[in-house]
Amino acid sequence: MDKLPRWADLALVPLISLLLAAAVSAVVLLAIGQSPSQALWVMVEGALLSPYGWGYTLYYATSFMFTGLAVVVAFHGGLFNIGGEGQAQLGGLGVALVCLSLPWPHWTLALPAAILGAALFGAAWAAIPAWLQARRGSHIVITTIMFNYIAAALMIYVLVEVLKPAGQMDPASARFPPGTNLPTLHEIPGLSLIFTKQVPANVSLFVALAACFGVWVLMWRTRLGYEIRAFGKQPAAARYAGISAFKVTMIAMLISGALSGMMAINNVMGESERLLQNASEGAGFIGIAVALMGRNHPVGVFLAALLFGFLYQGGAELGLWTSIPIELRTVVQGLVILFTGALDQMVRMLLVRLIRTSRSRTPAQAQGGM
Amino acid sequence: MDYATFLQIFDTALRFATPLLLACLAGLYSERAGIFDIGLEGKMLMAAMASAAVAALTGSVWIGLLAGIVGSLVFAAVHGLASITFRGNQLISGVALNFVAAGITVLVAQTLFQQGGRTPPLSGAARFQPVHLPFVEAIREVPVIGPFYADVLSGHTILVYVALALVPATWWLLYRTRFGLRLRAVGENPASVDTAGVSVIRLRFTAVAITGLLCGLAGAYMSTGLQAGFGREMTAGRGYIALAALIFANWKPWAALWATLLFGFFQALALRPDVVQAVLRFPVPVPVLDALPYVLTVIVLAGLIGKPSPPRAGGEPYVKER
Repeated sequence: MDKLPRWADLALVPLISLLLAAAVSAVVLLAIGQSPSQALWVMVEGALLSPYGWGYTLYYATSFMFTGLAVVVAFHGGLFNIGGEGQAQLGGLGVALVCLSLPWPHWTLALPAAILGAALFGAAWAAIPAWLQARRGSHIVITTIMFNYIAAALMIYVLVEVLKPAGQMDPASARFPPGTNLPTLHEIPGLSLIFTKQVPANVSLFVALAACFGVWVLMWRTRLGYEIRAFGKQPAAARYAGISAFKVTMIAMLISGALSGMMAINNVMGESERLLQNASEGAGFIGIAVALMGRNHPVGVFLAALLFGFLYQGGAELGLWTSIPIELRTVVQGLVILFTGALDQMVRMLLVRLIRTSRSRTPAQAQGGM
Repeated sequence: MDYATFLQIFDTALRFATPLLLACLAGLYSERAGIFDIGLEGKMLMAAMASAAVAALTGSVWIGLLAGIVGSLVFAAVHGLASITFRGNQLISGVALNFVAAGITVLVAQTLFQQGGRTPPLSGAARFQPVHLPFVEAIREVPVIGPFYADVLSGHTILVYVALALVPATWWLLYRTRFGLRLRAVGENPASVDTAGVSVIRLRFTAVAITGLLCGLAGAYMSTGLQAGFGREMTAGRGYIALAALIFANWKPWAALWATLLFGFFQALALRPDVVQAVLRFPVPVPVLDALPYVLTVIVLAGLIGKPSPPRAGGEPYVKER
């Protein structure tokens, strides 16, 4: 089969996959008796046409950047980490423990400590599946899924039995001290001119952007990143070149888990300011779609995270203003994963055929038809 | 724990094991043919919704069952298309279809019934009713075996017995028929099957279709047998547990029965914290019991019970010519 030009492979394939996913979603909407164009308009208006909407879109995008990067790092190491959800939940626990442990005087001190706590707890939750994969060959896909369920049960236990203050009814931790509250985009000088109302997007956005850059440096500018990628592409060859399978699997998964966990600084520390049950709200799973859509590259992850931020905020608006259930988001998410991750070959075959026919036609016309 | 309590728990275990067994056998056909299927969960969910919805609308559980199977088969067809025809990543395809199923089931149920993504509660002919095995009353008087026969084996819905009967049927099909030989061969070495003039593509699609059919039964049982209606995410990871049971069972039908019974037993225990406490003599928090089947799955996957030997060509798309 012919190869696609690089630009087509990088830009056109994800774009067409996205259009296909959108088309199928439109069919689904039509099938349940809703208007796709009206739905799209509600989403665009609610997510993109006001600074307030952008405040939410960027807030969601921040979480998805973290979880998307987490999937990317593992993917490059040949590991499919579906455990982002559980790792993000545990990251929330890490953030809560850090924030509640000390009377933090200022957020600039609390944030680095919280990042560390989140990363540590997220990495710890990824460590057991990683070890089982590296040492026992247990399938990481199934173990990480199991760890999502175990994390959910663990969080219920911790919230109800340990962190819930006496006399409180709902399973949640106490409020974090004011010294840990992160400034939102509304409270940052300069940006407050655009975001005139209180929005959930906060300084974690800049941490996420830094993480995008950091992952790029790690994967393409360091020896470790090279080892991870080499192992992911050709485990046998990498092993022959002296790369330790155990080391790569462990490190890739620990970094992946740490990144997933770090999303908790956005939702737990930046937004709810206390630990709630099911705080990550599926963002760990969105990471899979973001990574696939973003072609496993930090720049792509950034763009895809914005797209899914739009989808999430738009989907929430749909739930508010129309009778379309909010689960439409899950359907679109699944379709994007399907078309970009599993049916990409179909898109590629289609494009190769298209490009071939258009090329064979152009020279023929130029030379007056041969 | 007295004998009566034990029987009670074992009865629940058999109910809980049934969807696991059906899904496990479903995965067995697919994986033995070399197609990984993470999407058992989504297919079950789809079937659970479709059968409950159609049963609620028509009042007939049998038409519901048919609809469940059709819903599951549609998802199986997409998975086959992605992983056989277009040689895509089978794991990603399965994960994607699980998400689509999780969303679309609620979307459809909400549109049809406006009850927060649930179907109305089913009763009467819209639900599978218990079947009483012959001579129940006569055998009940026999000590030990009698109550076991009457209280554990008898009184389940027809799908429980179908699932149990599918174990020897699968064994026979896999190890005593030409189709079974070819199915196993295509999961080990597809090139050899191809050389023998048998279509790899058709064999694999057949296997994936059987997987769809059995997941349809599993899902229909969830919403019309085990429970009386569909609720969002009602399969709660059973598709994944079935996969773990499949690995535990080393891709063999009889072992699949024992593995799923074990997992069913643990799920049944999770419902009886009082019994667990009485046996262990200390209180166990409910979340710990909830997590138990998943923890057990991880322990099983850790290979503490022998090394698994999966089908050799599993997960690899077959390319006829390079």
